[in-house]
Formats: sequence, C-alpha cells, structure tokens
Amino acid sequence: MPPAIELHGVTKRFLTPSGAVFTALRDLDMVVQPGEFCAVVGPTGCGKSTTLALISGLEPASEGQVTVLGEPVTGIAKEIGYVFQSDAVFPWKTVLDNVAAGPRYHGETSRQAREKAREWIARVGLAGFEDRYPYQLSGGMRKRVALAQSLINEPKILLMDEPFSALDVQTRALMENELLALWAASRASVVFVTHDLEEAIALADRVFVISAGPGTVKANYPVPLPRPRNVTEIRMQPQFTQIYSEIWNDLKDEVLVSYERQKRSGAA
Amino acid sequence: MSGRSAAARLDVVTPETGAPQAAAPITDLSARRIRARRRYQFNVYALRLLTAAIVLGAWELSTRYAPTVIDPFFWGQPSGIWHQLVVWVTDETALGPLWRQVLVTMEETVGGFIVGTISGVVIGVLMGRNRLLSDVFSIYIKAANAIPRVVLGALFAISLGLDIRSKIATAAVLVFFVVFFNAFQGVREVERNLIANARILGADNRKLTTEVIIPSALSWIIASLHISFGLALVGAVVGELFGATEGVGELIYSAEHNFNANGVFAGMLLLAAMALIAEAIITALENRLIKWRPPAVGSEVQI
Repeated sequence: MPPAIELHGVTKRFLTPSGAVFTALRDLDMVVQPGEFCAVVGPTGCGKSTTLALISGLEPASEGQVTVLGEPVTGIAKEIGYVFQSDAVFPWKTVLDNVAAGPRYHGETSRQAREKAREWIARVGLAGFEDRYPYQLSGGMRKRVALAQSLINEPKILLMDEPFSALDVQTRALMENELLALWAASRASVVFVTHDLEEAIALADRVFVISAGPGTVKANYPVPLPRPRNVTEIRMQPQFTQIYSEIWNDLKDEVLVSYERQKRSGAA
Repeated sequence: MSGRSAAARLDVVTPETGAPQAAAPITDLSARRIRARRRYQFNVYALRLLTAAIVLGAWELSTRYAPTVIDPFFWGQPSGIWHQLVVWVTDETALGPLWRQVLVTMEETVGGFIVGTISGVVIGVLMGRNRLLSDVFSIYIKAANAIPRVVLGALFAISLGLDIRSKIATAAVLVFFVVFFNAFQGVREVERNLIANARILGADNRKLTTEVIIPSALSWIIASLHISFGLALVGAVVGELFGATEGVGELIYSAEHNFNANGVFAGMLLLAAMALIAEAIITALENRLIKWRPPAVGSEVQI
C-alpha cells in the first residue's frame, strides 16, 4: 500500500505584488501513512497552510513531488476533504443544503444528496437545525456544519487548517473529541495544521515540526499515546507532558527565530 | 453548545427554545417595551404628517396671501395641484385618460429596468470572472460611464423611432451601468475561501458561478436595484422628452408648454408615487432573495 500522502523535496515560491520572490516552503519532505492522524506545528507564517494547499491541489508546487494515494497531484482530487480556518460554509445555503453540496457537485440528485446530508447532520449533532442559515448558528455549530460538509464526501484524506482556533476553550475540547470519534469511524488520513502544540499531541499519531519560514520539516515525533483518547484527560498524563517538553524544545527555537524576524521587519 | 459536557458528544442538540418565560416582571417589561415601540411608530407617522402639513401649508398660504413674492402662476399651489389631479382622475388629461399615461410610462420604465438589469448582471458577471475581458473592455466602460448618458435619448429617438423602444433603450442605458458596476464588484469580492471550499467539494466552473459567485454577488446587485429603478424612471421620462405622444413625462411637458405649473407638480407627484411603489416591491424581493443575511444591527429589541 503506498503512503496516503508523500511530499518529496517540495519548494513553493510566490511572487509578491511588489515583484519580489517569497519562498514559503523549501525542500520539504513529509510522509503520511494510510489512516494516520498527523499534526503539523510551527511558528506563524512558516508555510503550514501552504503545505495543505499543495496536498489538496488548490495550488501547484514550484519544485518537487506531491503524491496523494500513489498518484501525483495535478488538480483537486476527489478523495480530499478540507476544513478551513475561517468560516467557509456558504452563508446563503441552509445547513442541509450546505452539507448536501458535495454529493450534489458529484452528480447525485438533490433528493439523494439531502437524504445523505440529514444522516451526516445527525452524526455531527445538529439534527433539528437543518433549515437554519449559518448566521443563526454559533461558531462551534458552524464548525460542525463544515465537518459534515467535508466528511459527507467520505474523503480518504482530510486536511484541516487550524479548524478550531477561533473557538472558545470548552467548545474546542468538545469538537476535538468529536473529531476523533468521527475520524475513528472513517479511518481517513488526516493532516491537521495547528499552532497549538497541546492540541497537536492530544489528537495526533505523529507531529511534524516545521521550521521558521521558508518552512521545512525540522523533525517528526511519533505520539504513542493509547486510543481512544479524551483530549481533556490525556493532557494530565505524565507521558503527554514528557512528549510535550521534548517537542517544545524543538519548536521553541523556531518560534523565537520567527518572532525575532517579525520584530526586525517591524523595526525596518 | 459550549456548556455541554464532553460526555454528551454525539447527543442530539435540540434547538434552543429560549428560557421559559416564568416571572411576571419579564412579561411586564416586554409589554412595556412593545408599548414604547408602538408609541415611537405613532410619533414617526405624526411627525411625517406634520412636516407635510407645514411645507404644504406655508406654500399654500404664501401663494395665497403674498402672490407678489411667490406667484402661484410660476410656482403652483397645493390646492391647484390637488385640483389638477382630481380633474385628471375624474375627467381626463390633455393626452387622454390618466391611467393610460401612467401605464405607458410604467411599461417604458419596467422594460428599461429589466433590459438594463439583465444585461448589467450578465456582462458584470462575465467581466468579473474573466480577467482578459475586463482588462480589454474596462476602459471603454469607464469612458461610456463618464459621458452624460441621457443625451443618448436623442440618438435613440432618431434610430429607434418615437415609440416605446427608444424610451426602453434610454432607461436601459441608465440602469445598465449601475447594475454592471455592482455585479462586477460583487463578483470580485467573493471570498476566496468560499471558492476554494466549493472547488474542494467538487464544484466545476459552471457550478462555481451559479452556486457561489452569483449568490455572493446578489446582495451587491440587489442593492443597486434600489437606485436603478429611479434611474429607469428618469430614462423613460427623458425619452418622452425627445418625442412622445403619451406618458407621464409627456403629460408634464404638455403642462409646461401651457404654463401650467400645477400640472407639472401633479405629474411629478405621480412619478414619485410610482417610484415609491416600485421601491416597496424591490425591498420585498430583497427580503425574499437574501433572507440568509443576518438582520441589520440595531433591529434586535433590547429590553
């Protein structure tokens, strides 16, 4: 079985509006096994989100190879789900139509799509809210809609870009546990980008540390904590603390580098 | 939601029904609030009436008692305007029955409004979606927008004749630019996240346009309709200026030719009434089409 995701020597450059070349990622290598839950941590602006854009096929790599399920990425693959950092649910669609969008785009009839959507809405705990518009929901509920919207396509790869960063602490823990339950049922491979190391360890099988930009994988750490996990309780375990301090040692330097750079560019 | 325990993970969350209205003081409070709101509404209507009464009263009195300062022959007179309207309604106008004039102008306005709106939306969306098209044509559109377009009415009167088509064309040209710029901007302002999300979910280019771009631009487009109906009315009336046999605009010109100031005002009143009715229809349409938008800030009642 080929790895679910493989990035090999990937570099991504952007042309800034002023004409300068900005290198977001440099020579990045990353392998995600089928069914593996990976977290990606790194300082602000290190190219974490760019990594997801490359895997999803939303943007092409400047150099290097991106392979998903054994196939080189040329466009947006059907097997991909993506949960965005900010709200990306369609504000003009009801919860039901938002969740039904994926199957409809893939050619299912409205009726089939809606039937399936009802199931998924119930699965993320939003039964009874089918006819609401996003503005009528709380931030946590909108995230549930976004989750159902992605998962209904039964993606083999689920990309998540700091999905819970805008939520309050309690809602966040709740959503993290739900995500683990849904993931356990789907067995998709997950790449979960976050700047919160605790969240990364609590959720993932493996944590990738990305260096301060241009981003490259500095190290990767397996997280051998037992499953099923409860994200709130697991944080109290001594093993968790041990893994945390180990990874933090690595991450700390990168955060400082990134911070110093911001200060300097601010002073310049 | 945040108050729920982690153990209740996959529980069905029932829609919040609000806390039970238990205590009497709350009922009392909300009743008081409703009364206050009603009183406010009443005050608004009373003040509106008062404004009209003061303006019309001052006008009427000054033309009546100080005709050397404000001559009713030139400035009209509210009672004269009213009389003119009564004559038009009960008898007929110089051009025939009144309903016929209103109907003709309405047809021209609505026709121009529809043609201008549809072409504005279609071209606005096309140019908003296609970089090359917009880069090539934007300079011409800006140039065309800069010239006073009502003069095109004269051209249309020559090329399309004096029938309804030249008025529709004049109205449509006025409407087109407003709707076009809003549709164009609306398409440009679509959130990139939403487009990325739709593409990930499997939307092709056509679905992207119909399911994301157009709904997102719709609030911009509808906002422009409020202004553009008024412009369509202007176009129709100006079109009638360049030559017509019927219509409220023509009615105003024929009154003007006869030095009938009251007739001019009466015609303006008819146009204003038509615009207000259309505005109400567009607002109703807006509320239907974009009911997904959160209510405006301040419309929630605080008690």
